[in-house]
Amino acid sequence: MHHWPLLSILTWLPIGGGVLVMLAGEGRAALARWLALGVAIAAFVLSLPLYADFDTTTAALQFVERLPWVPALHADYYLGIDGIALPLIVLTTFSTVLVIIAGWTVIEKRPSQYFAAFLIMEGLMVGVFSAADALLFYVLWEAMLIPMFIIIGVWGGTRRVYATIKFFLYTFLGSVLMLVALIYMYLKAGSYELAAFYHLPLTLPEQTLIFLAFFAAFAVKVPMVPVHTWLPDAHVEAPTGGSVILAAIMLKMGGYGFLRFSLPITPDAARSLDWLVIGLSLIAVVYIGLIALAQRDMKKLIAYSSIAHMGFVTLGCFVGFEIVASTGSTQGAVLGLSGAMVQMISHGLVSGALFLCVGVLYDRLHTREIGAYGGVINTMPIFGAFMVLFALANAGLPGTSGFVGEFMVVLASFRASFWYAFIAATTLILGAAYTLWLVKRVIFGEVANDGVASLKDLNGREFVVLGILAIAVLALGLYPKALTDVMEPTLQNLVQLMSVSKA
Amino acid sequence: MNPTSAIDFALARPEIFLLGATCVVLLADLWISDRNRQLTYFLAMATLFLTALLVTGAPDGRHLAFHGMFVSDGIAKLLKLVACGTVAAVFLYSRDYLIQRGLFRGEYFVLVLFATFGIFIMASAGSLLTMYLGIELLALSQYSLVAFDRDSPVAAEAAMKYFVLGAIASGLLLYGISIIYGVTGTFDLAELATRVDAAAASKVGLLFGLAFLLAGISFKFGAVPFHMWVPDVYHGAPTSVTLFLGAAPKLAYFALAIRVLAEGLGGAVGAWQEMLVVVAVLSIAVGNIVAVAQTNLKRMLAYSTISNVGFILLGILAGTPFGYRAALFYTITYVIMALGSFAMIVLLSRKGFEADRIEDFRGLAQDHPWFAWMMLFLMVSTAGVPPFVGFFAKLYVIQAVLDVGLTWVAIVAVLLSVVGAFYYLRIVKVMFFDPPADEVSVTAGGSLKLLLSLNALTVLALGVFNTALVNAIARAIP
Repeated sequence: MHHWPLLSILTWLPIGGGVLVMLAGEGRAALARWLALGVAIAAFVLSLPLYADFDTTTAALQFVERLPWVPALHADYYLGIDGIALPLIVLTTFSTVLVIIAGWTVIEKRPSQYFAAFLIMEGLMVGVFSAADALLFYVLWEAMLIPMFIIIGVWGGTRRVYATIKFFLYTFLGSVLMLVALIYMYLKAGSYELAAFYHLPLTLPEQTLIFLAFFAAFAVKVPMVPVHTWLPDAHVEAPTGGSVILAAIMLKMGGYGFLRFSLPITPDAARSLDWLVIGLSLIAVVYIGLIALAQRDMKKLIAYSSIAHMGFVTLGCFVGFEIVASTGSTQGAVLGLSGAMVQMISHGLVSGALFLCVGVLYDRLHTREIGAYGGVINTMPIFGAFMVLFALANAGLPGTSGFVGEFMVVLASFRASFWYAFIAATTLILGAAYTLWLVKRVIFGEVANDGVASLKDLNGREFVVLGILAIAVLALGLYPKALTDVMEPTLQNLVQLMSVSKA
Repeated sequence: MNPTSAIDFALARPEIFLLGATCVVLLADLWISDRNRQLTYFLAMATLFLTALLVTGAPDGRHLAFHGMFVSDGIAKLLKLVACGTVAAVFLYSRDYLIQRGLFRGEYFVLVLFATFGIFIMASAGSLLTMYLGIELLALSQYSLVAFDRDSPVAAEAAMKYFVLGAIASGLLLYGISIIYGVTGTFDLAELATRVDAAAASKVGLLFGLAFLLAGISFKFGAVPFHMWVPDVYHGAPTSVTLFLGAAPKLAYFALAIRVLAEGLGGAVGAWQEMLVVVAVLSIAVGNIVAVAQTNLKRMLAYSTISNVGFILLGILAGTPFGYRAALFYTITYVIMALGSFAMIVLLSRKGFEADRIEDFRGLAQDHPWFAWMMLFLMVSTAGVPPFVGFFAKLYVIQAVLDVGLTWVAIVAVLLSVVGAFYYLRIVKVMFFDPPADEVSVTAGGSLKLLLSLNALTVLALGVFNTALVNAIARAIP
């Protein structure tokens, strides 16, 4: 085991680095950039030992650090990761590096504050994923809103102020109810430690209210229908880097919350209300998929496709109850949860990549209208190849990461009910329809106008970013075992917690 | 009855010194020429410093003096120390502002010191009469402070309004005190506690007196439905006075509520809890909702005060030691945040220009990113977003309320705080997202900038590490 407090370093190094970058000031943008990149790469490199030294045979928390923090509330500075948190942390540090490279010269307005905000976000996000104390989790969870609020509001598009305030208030509204639930449980358990919440006996009515409070927080973050409306606005108006972080990491917070809080803490309520979540997930898959078809703005289309994909995550999380009920085996539930996790990681890579692709085009022609493009492949062949690859991954082509998660969730749904699987599988058609149609309109065909004719292909910086992502998408698609092995014991344990009644 | 002894005077040493020194400042100021007016400032600062030293030297534990009229205990000590610090910060923040407006006169310092003396008396009140004396001393000083800028018609109007409404509130309070005296036969709070038990609490007479008392307390706090004066007074008074009004007196009103309700009428907790729930929830609702419509920052902060007072009352109405501690934590941290927020207005104000409209903060992040971030800290902290201290203040209060089973109150309170988040965010939006209207200039001196930065960073530091403050409060309210 490591003697280094790796999780603390991964949390505080980017935050400290972010403050330094900000203090570097706007006058020294080059220094700020290199400093930010250095910190981001250092954080990514330091997150690799987490994966390398992770013990894949146990569901216990690893890399644990624990210090007293607020003794009056019995809340500790308690960090530790299991198989659910680890992939998300690596995804976070990975995405931040890409975001910083992607914003290298594109951001001209207050660049040092831009990079600083992303570094601070990174630290807070790693903290959220590694917190094993509910109060610490909540503090970091809410603190994330502030840099994101600034990122969308300062560097976003024309309706950025509306979008960012909507984003903040939606997520804040969801979170405060979760806070009440956490305090309620603290008063019963006498500690904010998550493990204490897992073993806290709660009656079904209590569980139901707590579940709904959590649901308010996580459903907004995922986002699920009908509280998804902040996402298209936030995504469209955010700068490219903001969209990437939103799609790749922040949406995962909702799924992570379901896995970390809702399922193990309120298993009975989750079981009795699983129809609600499954229903909303299926609506997201079908209805949002149809909405995505009708979009004219590239970012909006990808944003809606994100909501549809996240529907798979919530479906995979909750379908397990039905499987256990109908077959009595827990293996199907583990499959569903693994599918949800793989889908989260894959969606992080794929949607992040697609937003970066849109960013590449936007930086050149300053429009995201699908109608303003056409025949891009003629002037940007390398870019076109990348875009097609990511689009196919988004549609769930076998061999890419997009396929694995969807396939696992559909497979698990089959064990619960044929109809769940049937409706979920429509995404294979809808997803293919809206992504391929997007590709057809933007990439292929005749060169549409002078703007497209004047496009220059990827520069070295963009090539590196998209190239790394392409490798990751293919690697995860071809060898998902590297990911599923890490989570297996944790998910087994989670299913165990889910299937024991607490009432 | 024992004659007054030297020990009595020893316990009241900080008060006696503060009163004496204030009179010295008053007299000395007569002989100080306008050129040397800084001397008054330094004398006032020295008074506060020495008073704070005397307060720290007070003995630990609970001691009574002057036949129980005067109490020296942990709460009093803590409140007095925080009051000294707050007033010193007010003086420092106000100095440049007053000089630029030709208001740098001895009266300001003397009146604030007298008000501080009132706060001290309220913090140490052992009887309803002592409490009333303190209230009046504080109130009269505040009326005159609001009217302190003689040439400003707005200030005069605000002072008049404050005075008339304040006089009515004092009358209500006194009437309540007299009824309670009529029912129980004592002014002494400790004695009152033994006479008011659950049985006595159901007497109509006592409830009647309690209602008047609560009306008076709510008025002082500025809680709904007795809040009408708050926005007008905060807006009308010179900002250096609003600084004081918005911060230090809250400590005294907290003492008023704790001493009278918790210590004196603790037996009637069921009765006043119900009344306070209504007042607190209404304050949070009205404060947060009406603040959304404000365009003037001072008025907005006034409504924000109203909603924050609602949260303080939530802690008090829990009626548990944890609740009182939560309320005290809330009060102290709110005082720190309010000081910083009003000081931001002072920072951006300059000769002939009051930066008290929200649009005056436009584009601050462009020209002065440091102070924009400081203001952001203060605003999101007041909105209750972690990791800032305002979040923990709300957390403790909500926990206290949940602990006594008032779950619906907790849920309403947090939902309304989302409404509150909107108008704090609007300030952030104006500073960060809007282009600057014209050159935002900061002419303030270095010490003001330093203190303001410290003030805002304290809001962050206290959020991450609040154990020291929590422990100090736990010692004060065991």
